[in-house]
Amino acid sequence: MTEAFHVENNPQPVEESVSGMSEAVEAGMPEVDAAHAPTKVKADNVDVFYAEKQALFDVSLDVPENQVTALIGPSGCGKSTFLRCINRMNDTIPICRVTGDITIDDQDIYDPAIDVVQLRARVGMVFQKPNPFPKSIYENVAYGPRIHGMAQGKADIDVLVESSLQRAGLWNEVKDRLSESGTSLSGGQQQRLCIARAIAVNPDVILMDEPCSALDPIATARIEELMDELRQNYTIVIVTHSMQQAARVSQRTAFFHLGYLVESGATEMIFTNPEDKRTQDYITGRFG
Amino acid sequence: MATEHIVTSFDEELSRLSDLLSRMGGLAESQLENAIEALQKRDSSRAEDAIDNDHRIDDLHVEIDEMAIRLLALRQPMATDLRHIVTALKVAPIVERIGDYSKNVAKRTIALNQMPPVKPLFTIPRMGRLVREMIKDVLDAFSNNDVAMAREVWARDKEVDDMYDSLFRELLTYMMEDARNITACTHLLFVARNIERIGDLATNIAELIHYQVEGRALDEVRPKADESSVAVVEPH
Repeated sequence: MTEAFHVENNPQPVEESVSGMSEAVEAGMPEVDAAHAPTKVKADNVDVFYAEKQALFDVSLDVPENQVTALIGPSGCGKSTFLRCINRMNDTIPICRVTGDITIDDQDIYDPAIDVVQLRARVGMVFQKPNPFPKSIYENVAYGPRIHGMAQGKADIDVLVESSLQRAGLWNEVKDRLSESGTSLSGGQQQRLCIARAIAVNPDVILMDEPCSALDPIATARIEELMDELRQNYTIVIVTHSMQQAARVSQRTAFFHLGYLVESGATEMIFTNPEDKRTQDYITGRFG
Repeated sequence: MATEHIVTSFDEELSRLSDLLSRMGGLAESQLENAIEALQKRDSSRAEDAIDNDHRIDDLHVEIDEMAIRLLALRQPMATDLRHIVTALKVAPIVERIGDYSKNVAKRTIALNQMPPVKPLFTIPRMGRLVREMIKDVLDAFSNNDVAMAREVWARDKEVDDMYDSLFRELLTYMMEDARNITACTHLLFVARNIERIGDLATNIAELIHYQVEGRALDEVRPKADESSVAVVEPH
């Protein structure tokens, strides 16, 4: 970097353009409001151990509200481990130990007073492989609200089932076959059913762990379109191995490597001009 | 690039794209050189060569466009690779314009050679040499990702603009002295204008080099000195 160019470490990607070139470069870039969105999930100095082995090192990340944050990185980099800290899924692994602070709306989710079942209703999760219950489509969605006591009579639950399936973009395809088994649906429909099931309990945050890796491109596009709609009401964190998917769906991207959070920032900056060489090497397909 | 892609064929394609651009740049550079030499030496056959060679630059432009679009579609490049390919897409038409302006200089040279020389004109060949150096240096900077050199070329354009301004006034006075000079002087004015534009294009390439290497636009205001648009010479 030459001094004469006034290169600054300015985190704001948008600057007033003075030459014709800067206009050309900045034209067409999506609006970046991530910097101003309030933080929904805040991780500070998070370490995760599986027995003796440390899987995450001192990870601090702010997840902004009503945005899609993509976690990317090679296999074993800790991105899924981090995702599973956000709804305390790691608690189900006996040898797993999490230190540091994670808050949602400034509330410590590792506080002993927190009801983990309630937390997992607030923080829904969608997995790589669609995993509908072996029950009817209707029951898949109705189950959560019912056990959480969110709806009383059948009429209330009917309304919730319909609105959840509507929001998951599945209603028109299944409204005449609600009593059929959830497993009879196609892969993409099953995944949207799982999303409907997650949103039926009215969560704040939806975690997605490679939600499209078992789906064909059309089903993938449907889910991606859905994510864009859902982020109006929910905060979404997605782990994906597809960099193109991260680029398409997210506003913020965080790159993990060997258990460290290497770099996070506005998605278009990560994919056009990352700061760290490791990020650069990973997203361009070079040896690290 | 220090490290290589896991997929080697991608590296090969990127380096082929760079090779095509270097070849195109080399052709445009010698095109400009031919045009300026032809003008200075009143050499019509050399001017003809410059005119005939322009299609080779155009052909390379098409090839670079196709290759860059293919890479975008098939490789979905990110970060430096994306900037590399986008820059190639933007530099190629600029180099093509340099070829076109040079061709126009050559055409006007042939017209000028059918008239008696106006006056010994030193400024145009000097301006031509200066711009040719700028093109050479900026293309070298492009091949070497040399931002410092690109910036140096970028700043050098002011000198060309100054020369163009003084030439503009000089030619106006010749035309006022003797109306029989008007045809030749008008041609010369366009020649000078073309060369001055090529200097501007060199600065555009310099800005793209900055973007390719640093990932952000060059956000300084370039020192500009072309005041010919507002120049007035009063008749005596």
